[in-house]
Amino acid sequence: MKKTLTAALPLSFLTLSLMAAAGPAAAAEELFIYNWSDYTAPEVLAKFEKETGIKVTLDVYDSNETLLAKMKAGNAAYDIVVPSHNFVPIMIKDGLLQPIDAPKLSNYANIDEKWRNPEWDPGNRYTVPWMWGTTSFAVDTAVYKGPTDSASLLFTPPPELRGNIGMFKTPEEVVAVASIALGLPQCDDNPKDLKKVEELLAGQKPAVKIYSSEGIHERLAAGEVAMHMIWNGAAKRARDVRPTITYVYPKEGVLAFMDNLTVPKTAKNVKNALTFIDFMLKPENIAIQSNFARYSNGIKGSQAFLSPDLRDAPEINPPATVKTVFQPVCSDQAVKLRDRVWTRLFQ
Amino acid sequence: MTPHRATLLGIAPTLLIIGVLMVVPMVIMAAYSLMEANSFGGVLPHFSAEAYIKLLFDRDLDDSLAFDPSYMIILWRSLRIAGLATAITLCVGFPVAYFIATRPPEQRTLLIFLITIPFWTNLLIRTYSWVLILRDTGMINTVLQGSGLTDQPLKLLYTEGAILFGLVYTYAPFMVLPLYTSLEKLDFRLVEAARDLYCGPWGALRHVVLPLVMPGLVAGSILVFVPCLGAFVAPDLLGGGKELMISTLIQLQFTSSRNWPFGAALALVLLALVMLTLTVSAARQARAAAEGGH
Repeated sequence: MKKTLTAALPLSFLTLSLMAAAGPAAAAEELFIYNWSDYTAPEVLAKFEKETGIKVTLDVYDSNETLLAKMKAGNAAYDIVVPSHNFVPIMIKDGLLQPIDAPKLSNYANIDEKWRNPEWDPGNRYTVPWMWGTTSFAVDTAVYKGPTDSASLLFTPPPELRGNIGMFKTPEEVVAVASIALGLPQCDDNPKDLKKVEELLAGQKPAVKIYSSEGIHERLAAGEVAMHMIWNGAAKRARDVRPTITYVYPKEGVLAFMDNLTVPKTAKNVKNALTFIDFMLKPENIAIQSNFARYSNGIKGSQAFLSPDLRDAPEINPPATVKTVFQPVCSDQAVKLRDRVWTRLFQ
Repeated sequence: MTPHRATLLGIAPTLLIIGVLMVVPMVIMAAYSLMEANSFGGVLPHFSAEAYIKLLFDRDLDDSLAFDPSYMIILWRSLRIAGLATAITLCVGFPVAYFIATRPPEQRTLLIFLITIPFWTNLLIRTYSWVLILRDTGMINTVLQGSGLTDQPLKLLYTEGAILFGLVYTYAPFMVLPLYTSLEKLDFRLVEAARDLYCGPWGALRHVVLPLVMPGLVAGSILVFVPCLGAFVAPDLLGGGKELMISTLIQLQFTSSRNWPFGAALALVLLALVMLTLTVSAARQARAAAEGGH
């Protein structure tokens, strides 16, 4: 979900020129994929091409907004696009996706029960899982020895962690995690509830050393902070350098995101798109993708094909009991309240 | 070709550059600031003055307006920090420029060359290097603790002091170079004359040197103050994001707040402040020139 723009630009131009060149002569089977930059394993595409003889062209974007804008413009002939969970309902509502009836796919049974029938796409009519991750916080157990099971550790920290804390600088993620800690719904548009969020964050602020969404695992690894809000993949990287770093799954719940394979309404090669989706539902194939992107997938049995350090990493394998909370796209009113909390916090 | 047409053709590139690079983006910005925000970023093409109302007032759920000083507080912080950074840069830059201007000519060239060396490296990299130097586990604190001068790391990074330091470090050359240009032209015999007439060193500085280098001083101050006002990198990397600045506030409107019109309105307010600074200083210079004329 968090990707860089720099890699995207040259690749897009390359793909465009390739597409232009391939245009009229294309008699062979083709598939056009539009995915986040740096988010598609080249090995998995090569394997797909070899097994099916379908030629794949990959183009990349940097945000859901970019994807939405391009699909709304209506002139992008992609066969597979990979929106995040919160943008799926918007695209369905705007008629930008076509039904794929995933339960009819031969490998549908491989999807973990937990990820079938998700709240953003009941009955998997339009989507199947691609990669998913969580947003929580990590703490250095060399500095703090107590229990690491609650979000209260982050928001009302003990003395040894005060002044030693890093938080994200993105209001949507901070307010979402604070809402989970308070047991409030996501995208709450009740001013009274947001007042509680504001009080929680204002109370925490004197103990926070830095608000930044960049260089997080580096800061934790360097010992610059002893606790930091972090994505699960980044926490794994911090632990690789400093083994005492622990990623926390709070009992109140953990904020999660899921990117999904979907087929746009304007797709030209629908049959090939479905072949690709079915291909990616095989554990041995999605595992190649996980090994590349360092994110979890939603396919049963893929564990066996993961690289050992990824397979055993608690960051990538949350306990089965953990409650995942997916944030939808918030209403204008909820965004306004969130913005007000943020401005008051930093004015 | 008539002389008139030749003139038009001659200034065409200038007009084109001003038009494409300045007028068009500013018209877009002004237009966006007067439209309604779209839910997923961007604007809806309906007229709305909401962005400007939001600068000073908070609209409650029942549509009533209440005065909200949040954005003015943020704006004031940016103005204060930019002003402080300019003052410090002046205090640091003047002796440096004076020193260079009083060296023999061949040394001057070398010294000016040295001043420009930092520009060869990207600003982001230079600022990030200061993060590595100033942080708790960084160079300064390691040396201080290693030599036994301190037993706790000094809190250097993520403070307002760090922001000021970053701004002064970044923009000092913009102060030194115009000051040097003025000082280089200064006839130092005037200073000698002042001293001969029993003027003290401070008096000579105040009554002889400063009035003569005023154009360079004003130019340097503007060159430092204006970019400091909209600075993004130093507050973000060295300040730890604990307080919003006008630049970070604008960035927020175009990302998670999804309020492009308000972001455009804030950018225009910033622009207006810069224009005001320039107009005031131009007026003062014109007055000084008129006074010096008789």
